[in-house]
Amino acid sequence: MQAPSPLRPRRRGIGWAQRLEIVALSGPAILVFVGFVILPVLMAAYYGFYKWKGFGKPTNFVGLDNYVTILQDTAFHEALWHNAEILVLSLVLQGPVAVGLALLLNRRMRGQSVIRVLIFVPYVISEVITGTAWALMLQTNGAINDVLRSIGLGGLAEDWLADPELAIWSLMIILTWKYVGFAVILFLAGMQNIPDELSEAAAVDGASFWQIQRHITLPLLGPTIRIWAFLSIIGSLQLFDLVYIIWGQYVASTAGTSTMATYMVVEGRNAANYGYGNAVAVVLFVISMVIALIYQRFVLRRDTEGALTGGQ
Amino acid sequence: MSRRNPIVYLVALMLVGLMLGPVIYIILGGFRTNSQITVAPAGLPDPWVAGNYTEILSGGAFWRQVGNSTIAAVVTTVAVVTLGVMASYVLARYSFRGRGAMYALFAAGLMFPATVAITPLYLLVKNLGLVNTLPGVILPQIAFGLPTTIIILVPFLRAIPKEIEEAAAIDRCSRLGFFWRMVLPLSVPGLITTGILAFIGSWNSYLLPLFILNDQDSFTLPLGVQAFASQYSVDTAKVLAFTSLSMIPALVFFSLFERRIVGGLTGAVKG
Repeated sequence: MQAPSPLRPRRRGIGWAQRLEIVALSGPAILVFVGFVILPVLMAAYYGFYKWKGFGKPTNFVGLDNYVTILQDTAFHEALWHNAEILVLSLVLQGPVAVGLALLLNRRMRGQSVIRVLIFVPYVISEVITGTAWALMLQTNGAINDVLRSIGLGGLAEDWLADPELAIWSLMIILTWKYVGFAVILFLAGMQNIPDELSEAAAVDGASFWQIQRHITLPLLGPTIRIWAFLSIIGSLQLFDLVYIIWGQYVASTAGTSTMATYMVVEGRNAANYGYGNAVAVVLFVISMVIALIYQRFVLRRDTEGALTGGQ
Repeated sequence: MSRRNPIVYLVALMLVGLMLGPVIYIILGGFRTNSQITVAPAGLPDPWVAGNYTEILSGGAFWRQVGNSTIAAVVTTVAVVTLGVMASYVLARYSFRGRGAMYALFAAGLMFPATVAITPLYLLVKNLGLVNTLPGVILPQIAFGLPTTIIILVPFLRAIPKEIEEAAAIDRCSRLGFFWRMVLPLSVPGLITTGILAFIGSWNSYLLPLFILNDQDSFTLPLGVQAFASQYSVDTAKVLAFTSLSMIPALVFFSLFERRIVGGLTGAVKG
């Protein structure tokens, strides 16, 4: 992720006309962004100090009580642990699968463009559809167990969604199915930036297909992989839709799939404890930000050189 | 590279099967009856029944939700791309104090999907009196769509050669004229990519409408699918028919523009 040679406009003094252009062009975007992204985050920090039902002005200032409650609540600990599991498993499961698929689809083969489109289908389908379909298929008397029984593997039929030992793995299968296509898109795009000359030269020198992938494609794909991992980590920390759709607000915690975000919605909005919900949002925000900054500092630094921080 | 390896094709075929299996299950399930589904959950329609589909298509709820989803997605897409390309032009082509900070501001937004801000966002929308209205969903969606759009577009606009800008300046073309006549036409691939991402994001959006839209009449498709699935929870066949109808628009839209997505992201990944 190296920035293209920066084209700096000449630095003459900025006239009022140019200033006006800058304000007119970027003003609307900044206004909307600050109003609906930055402001809500700041409001969350403010509301988080109150015990508040969401009506009128918050008056019952409770200081750090909400935060103490959150950090002592075992339900939150469990949700945090599930997020950690999902984060690690997403990287470990989706990463290698996606790299393999991208390598496969990067080869010239018949029907390549059709296969590319089909692999991205799950990514394009909404979370609600994904959740509804998988929930039906994974029921104890659903299609998956039916297929297993009909091919003589009835012993493997399980209660995929309710068994706390299994549910998190069912979730991981669904997440991989849904999001691996996005990783493949990114990796394919990254591979298109690798000049063909490199692998051609290696092939002339007698390198095998696998040697070329191992020593040329993969190292040069490094920056793309690290960017994907970043997006995946953020997505895992904030996972909400699929869990809430499949397990709903009551059973996610007993099935062992609750996340910080489902905890936030259940304890905040659904329980009409808006002060508490906002405090959970702040905790989620801080955890995400700390992890994002650490990742940027130690992993992304050499790739972006300011692309995510400086804009040069 | 073009060795015809049968194993490659076998793997590719299995893969496509895995990816499409659930989708096919949904579509075929809609053509079955509930008793067929109970007896053989993974079976084929026998006989085929079209009643589930026709009933939904002749009802009002489905079309109203399609309308709501379309309005929300189109307005979001147009606004995100318009505001995004304007701001990206400033970030890519002007030099002024605070540019780095402005870029960092939007880039930071990339780290935070709407999940974190949803509770206060709901309160904000409520205070604006926009609960149960589409603008209440659209405005936050525009705001949360901007970071991705800007991150993708800035390198795109920066890559436009300086010579073109200088030539335009010699021809007495103002910066705004340059933006309008040269930058916009040249950045169409990037605009399409960001537009598709914004459209699909809005079409599939769940959390935001879940908070903002509580009234059945204002439901978008994802909420509609979920409401339908819980209302007719015993009528699995109908739920599957409803689900498969609701995924058609996004699929059509995506298959039309698939090449553009890979093409447009190429610039972004390179940075």
